[in-house]
Amino acid sequence: MSEAGTLAVELSGITKRFPGVVANYNVSLRVRPGTIHAVVGENGAGKSTLMKTLYGMHQPDEGSIAVGGRTVAFKSPTDAIAAGIGMVHQHFKLADNLSILENIILGNEPVGRRGRIDASSAKARLAELAASLGVSFDVDDLVGTLGVGERQRVEILKVLYRGAQILILDEPTAVLVPQEVEELFATLKRLVAEGRTVIFISHKLDEVLRYCDEITVMRQGTTVATTTPSRVDRRGLAELMVGSDLPDPSGRETPIGSDVVLSVHDLSVAGASAGAKLALEEISLSVHSGEVVGVAGVEGNGQFELCEAILGLMPLVSGRVEIAGHDLTDVETRERITSGLSYIPFDRHREGLLLDAPLWENTMLGREDEPGLTSGPFIGRRKAEADAREIIRRFGVRTPSEQVPAFALSGGNQQKLVVGREMATNPKILLAAHPTRGVDVGAQAAIWEELRHARDKGLGVLLISADLEELIGLSDRIVVMFDGRITAELDPRRATPELLGTYMTGEIQDREAAR
Amino acid sequence: MKNQRLQRAMVTAASSVLAVIVALAISAIILLITGKDPVKAYSTLFGAAGESRVLQGMANRATPLMISAAAVAIGFKMNLFNIGVEGQMRVALLTTAVVGAAVDLPPVLHVLFCLVVAMTAGALWAGIAGWLKVKRNVNEVISTIMLNFIALSLVAWAFDDFFRVESATESLLVKTKELPKSAWFPDLVDRRLNGMFIIAILVLVLFWVVVWKTKFGFRLRASGGNSGAARATGVNPKKMILISMLLSGAIAGLVGMRALLGDVHAYQNNLAEQQGFNGIAVALLGRNHPLGIFFSALLFGFLGEASGKLQLEDIPKEITTIMSGIIVLAVVIINEAVKRWDDRRIQRKAAAELESEPKSEVES
Repeated sequence: MSEAGTLAVELSGITKRFPGVVANYNVSLRVRPGTIHAVVGENGAGKSTLMKTLYGMHQPDEGSIAVGGRTVAFKSPTDAIAAGIGMVHQHFKLADNLSILENIILGNEPVGRRGRIDASSAKARLAELAASLGVSFDVDDLVGTLGVGERQRVEILKVLYRGAQILILDEPTAVLVPQEVEELFATLKRLVAEGRTVIFISHKLDEVLRYCDEITVMRQGTTVATTTPSRVDRRGLAELMVGSDLPDPSGRETPIGSDVVLSVHDLSVAGASAGAKLALEEISLSVHSGEVVGVAGVEGNGQFELCEAILGLMPLVSGRVEIAGHDLTDVETRERITSGLSYIPFDRHREGLLLDAPLWENTMLGREDEPGLTSGPFIGRRKAEADAREIIRRFGVRTPSEQVPAFALSGGNQQKLVVGREMATNPKILLAAHPTRGVDVGAQAAIWEELRHARDKGLGVLLISADLEELIGLSDRIVVMFDGRITAELDPRRATPELLGTYMTGEIQDREAAR
Repeated sequence: MKNQRLQRAMVTAASSVLAVIVALAISAIILLITGKDPVKAYSTLFGAAGESRVLQGMANRATPLMISAAAVAIGFKMNLFNIGVEGQMRVALLTTAVVGAAVDLPPVLHVLFCLVVAMTAGALWAGIAGWLKVKRNVNEVISTIMLNFIALSLVAWAFDDFFRVESATESLLVKTKELPKSAWFPDLVDRRLNGMFIIAILVLVLFWVVVWKTKFGFRLRASGGNSGAARATGVNPKKMILISMLLSGAIAGLVGMRALLGDVHAYQNNLAEQQGFNGIAVALLGRNHPLGIFFSALLFGFLGEASGKLQLEDIPKEITTIMSGIIVLAVVIINEAVKRWDDRRIQRKAAAELESEPKSEVES
């Protein structure tokens, strides 16, 4: 905590607008030098936008940035790097076919005589840096041969090599297993001990409380509090993140139905590359009519593959999928959809919307075979438009008309449109992946209300969410996925975010799969 | 509500017109540099627009351009870049010339038979690229370019070794056996405008109906617009790739039919050469829309037809070729700029119309 007087980074009154959206509003962040400072918040709270501002990837509309007490205006990341700021992205930007050394000096090569790369001086500097980090590896190894944790350290070394005094790490632990997390923080501790400063973006409360010196909480685009681990506990931090007025979704009046609307048996799906371990390993679960089954898990533990497998978009290694009592393991996606399956996709832009197409075409997507929307091989444009207006009205999508292209809507309204489309078919089973991700509180409440309403009328929901309050509030049962398997089944009335968190990281596993 | 669509269409059309105007201006500068009088050149060029002979020639030249642009555009709608129209056309030309001359059918039926043969041959050749993409994920740009070379050589070899007939009267021109008169596509205006013009317009109308008005077309556009979303809603992307490649190839098969059935009546080297490639530029200028393609094809047809007039005025006719090239470049640049501006305009407008109840939303 040297030079306690000047702050390493001070952001004041930062506001950043995107068309139709305020991503950051009046944000203030004060980071003292020589500390690990966590910036926490839910998905969509504006953390990444803020860090992009600090790293010069875009310019704030209002507010000022000061680094080391000096006011700066970064036009690009190059300016930020020159000011001693380095960023380690969540998705590594490394070339597999180059060595560690080559990756690190890439774009910043030490030039020796006659324009040659002076590898030996780079090596010497690197050895010094690696020693101070307490890591050791052969810098001539290809990056392609490294594990995830090692790659991350290469990224950190790369940033340090460029002289960074302030490091921004964007959700660095999202891709790490627990032991690697421990190693990462050991590295970061050494960095701050040398006087560097670390800004650590996360939404995982445990590691933030365990390892960080100070915590700034963001919610809905603005900073709501700055605190320290000694002054706040997990519950308090969670409340700061989600806001105190959590809607209480628990009280249900209708009983769960007796028919099984979705059941999967021993579902296994191959990993991304040949020889990799299974992405899904013998998953069995069932959802009854009128029941919400929550799926908890750190992203990338098989939730996406589970949805794809149920939809029939991914080849199965083994297993069976039944929807409303019919074995649909071998039929095409479209037939599963017409049998009563609906899907709110993980990423509305990638899988949910035709951004350039008008809203009425978007609400027709996947429903072209409904007799209400088409006549023979032709699109029934008037009918489709009327149907779109009905969805817009029922789900409160804020738009001038159904002729507007989807890209003109804000994220929350786009999401409401997707939810509306998927509910419009009166499905029997809904796969809802992050149904309220990145939407404002109003839209979130509206979507929850619709889900509850449909559930009361007999809809079965498989709810995948990173928002643990949403999971606990809406679900009748929660299963935890870890490493492609279901490792626990919990009663939401007894589950807390803390408990879920321990299951999600794989620290405890109720149902050890036979190995 | 309808206005909004009309507005977008107007903006699109205006940006293409702007591109043409920019191209004319740049060409004028080139003329000035080379010491020619641009005013004289343009008045000669556009003065020709009054002559019915020129207009007929324009429509005749536009015929294959419309068809090949439609072939390219249907691929574009699915995000497939079929550069192989030239090769598909060439395979279809020789196949139709040989098969058409070998059968004996009554007049109208014979022509229809030839068109079906041409479409089948084109579709099969394009199908190779589609199959490679679906089965082996081979980029269709690469495979169609390579298939162009293969088609060119394959057709030249087959023609030389098996199908050429030495003509007694024109000893320098080797052709295949001439098609019987029943297979000839009649002219609308004798020796000036062939009836294939009607077929070209029919192709554009069908293209419009299928792509914009049918469920199949909607799935095609959805797959092209966002393959992830189309896939998640049950549109089989591989099937769509194969079908759109086959369709594109079938249309490509028709490109050379004006030259074959309406003009030469036999296959010869260089028949309809380049017409498959020129369709790419026409589709680009026409923004892959049938109406746009119709007018762009007429424009390119006109430039080609009127260029002869320039020579009479001692202005090199190559200026029209330069102009065509600049038009294409200008279209690419201006369309992109206009699209960005228009997207922002629509976004702002939608936001402004909702201003009554302001509320901030958070985007991740």
